[in-house]
Amino acid sequence: MGMTMTQKILAAHAGLPSVKVGQLIQADLDLVLGNDITTPVAVKEFAKSGIKEVFDKSKIAIVPDHFTPNKDIKAAEQCKCIREFAYEKGIENYFEVGEMGIEHALIPEKGLVVPGDVVIGADSHTCTYGALGAFSTGIGSTDMAAGMATGKCWFKVPAAIKFVLTGAPMGWVSGKDVILHIIGMIGVDGALYKSMEFVGEGLQNLSMDDRLCMANMAIEAGAKNGIFLVDDKTLAYVKENSTKPYTVYTADEDAEYEKVYEIDLASIRPTVSFPHLPDNTRTIDEVGDVKIDQVVIGSCTNGRMEDLRVTAKILKGKKVAKGVRVIVFPGTQKIYLQALREGLIEDIVEAGVVFSTPTCGPCLGGHMGILAKGERAIATTNRNFVGRMGHPESEVYLSSPAVAAASALTGKITNPEDIA
Amino acid sequence: MKARGSVFKYGDNVDTDVIIPARYLNTSDPQELAKYCMEDIDAEFVKKVQPGDIMVANKNFGCGSSREHAPIAIKASGISCVIANTFARIFYRNAINIGLPILECEEAAQKIEAGDQVEVDFDTGVITNITKDETYQGEAFPPFMQEIIAADGLINYIKKNRS
Ligand code: SF4
Repeated sequence: MGMTMTQKILAAHAGLPSVKVGQLIQADLDLVLGNDITTPVAVKEFAKSGIKEVFDKSKIAIVPDHFTPNKDIKAAEQCKCIREFAYEKGIENYFEVGEMGIEHALIPEKGLVVPGDVVIGADSHTCTYGALGAFSTGIGSTDMAAGMATGKCWFKVPAAIKFVLTGAPMGWVSGKDVILHIIGMIGVDGALYKSMEFVGEGLQNLSMDDRLCMANMAIEAGAKNGIFLVDDKTLAYVKENSTKPYTVYTADEDAEYEKVYEIDLASIRPTVSFPHLPDNTRTIDEVGDVKIDQVVIGSCTNGRMEDLRVTAKILKGKKVAKGVRVIVFPGTQKIYLQALREGLIEDIVEAGVVFSTPTCGPCLGGHMGILAKGERAIATTNRNFVGRMGHPESEVYLSSPAVAAASALTGKITNPEDIA
Repeated sequence: MKARGSVFKYGDNVDTDVIIPARYLNTSDPQELAKYCMEDIDAEFVKKVQPGDIMVANKNFGCGSSREHAPIAIKASGISCVIANTFARIFYRNAINIGLPILECEEAAQKIEAGDQVEVDFDTGVITNITKDETYQGEAFPPFMQEIIAADGLINYIKKNRS
């Protein structure tokens, strides 16, 4: 029996000629990631292990991003704990405020993940790096501690669902619309335990920013990981950002997939997830009249260059609707600087928008834009669970940056085609 | 390694909020958490459970938030093993990592009833229903996972293998 991309990567890292679905294996890790919420717990567990040194100082990344710049004393204490741990253990990839970013925007940009890697992160959106042809998945704090101590993690080999993409997205449609469409189609548990493998000639019409956004939301369909076939665009990205050696894995011809979906990218419309689950999707044509109080553009899902460019393009020379609060937060400091150089920040701020430092902040209702009771936001983030951005009776609608920016101008959920 | 006891049976989608409600998460003390285990769907559970007893459920056991408190509460209550048709992914990991044996077996999940006497052999994955005189084949743990369970969790396992 042939193997999928994911199965091949796992077999290679477990030192096995092949693996099969459901098999329990132990794999060598290329990167172990944690943030300011999950790492403090892992630091405690690491201490209990009795092991003094981490397995490899260059293969651990710690990113304080959720409640930074420190939002309160508790956040400051948590960041202090992980900073001290990072310095004490000599961890090379600890990114302080000033050189940081939201972990899943930052790690690929820093070249820390390349095709063929096995990555675990104590954060559920660690699946983002599947965009680079790596196996990457979210785990708990105990796993992170064990990973830092031993450089290994156990996995149950997942089955897979294949998405064959054809055609090209039209107009304002982006990777975000594609992944929202897919989650709407298969449901929030549609890929439970499984890999989502993305292949097909339509891939050439999706940028790396699109793919990172799509892989980021694989977890919102319950998937263990999402992974993209490596092509010229992937390799160009890797060469620009990394010097690490990489290995390209492709699925065998006779690899087994539980389901195969063929998706014509040209048929996808701008898509919005209504409260309170990402699979509660409607196309922009079915949205109706939804008034909003706040617009949030950014996060590890949509805080990259293309997201800021499209935002600036729509907002340039216009003003946001009266009574609407608009917050844009870039993924990383590098993206921030590039946006500055391209003049995007000026266009955005002049439209009456708050431009924030990189942080998870509003995405998880942490700080920098919490919703009050009864308020409604449209956000380019990845979760619209009850209370995700604030009060349990507030609402979050998920969309692409284009739809969010168009909505900022009108004060209700708006098709960007009707603006530009 | 074997487990043996009488069965507490539950249905589909037992979520971590039901296993240990968020209102009790202000502690991580296992014995304290165990006092409230399953409270919202089975108030009798903590009164009846005996050391060694077995929990059996249907699909997607442990779904919802990734709190490690959930398997900790079950383990501290005295449960020796959880058998389900399927487990939610992060619960599965967390259970193994804290040393709570869990086994997937569709047939066992269907046929075992509350109160049955059941024995589980972790080496072979064989589940014996003593009350009904039936056996079901679950997936056996590979040696290294048996060692994690035997060591009472991943961190202890690492510690043991160090020295
Ligand atoms: S931006 Fe949101 S989803 Fe992404 S890591 Fe931060 S809190 Fe999680």
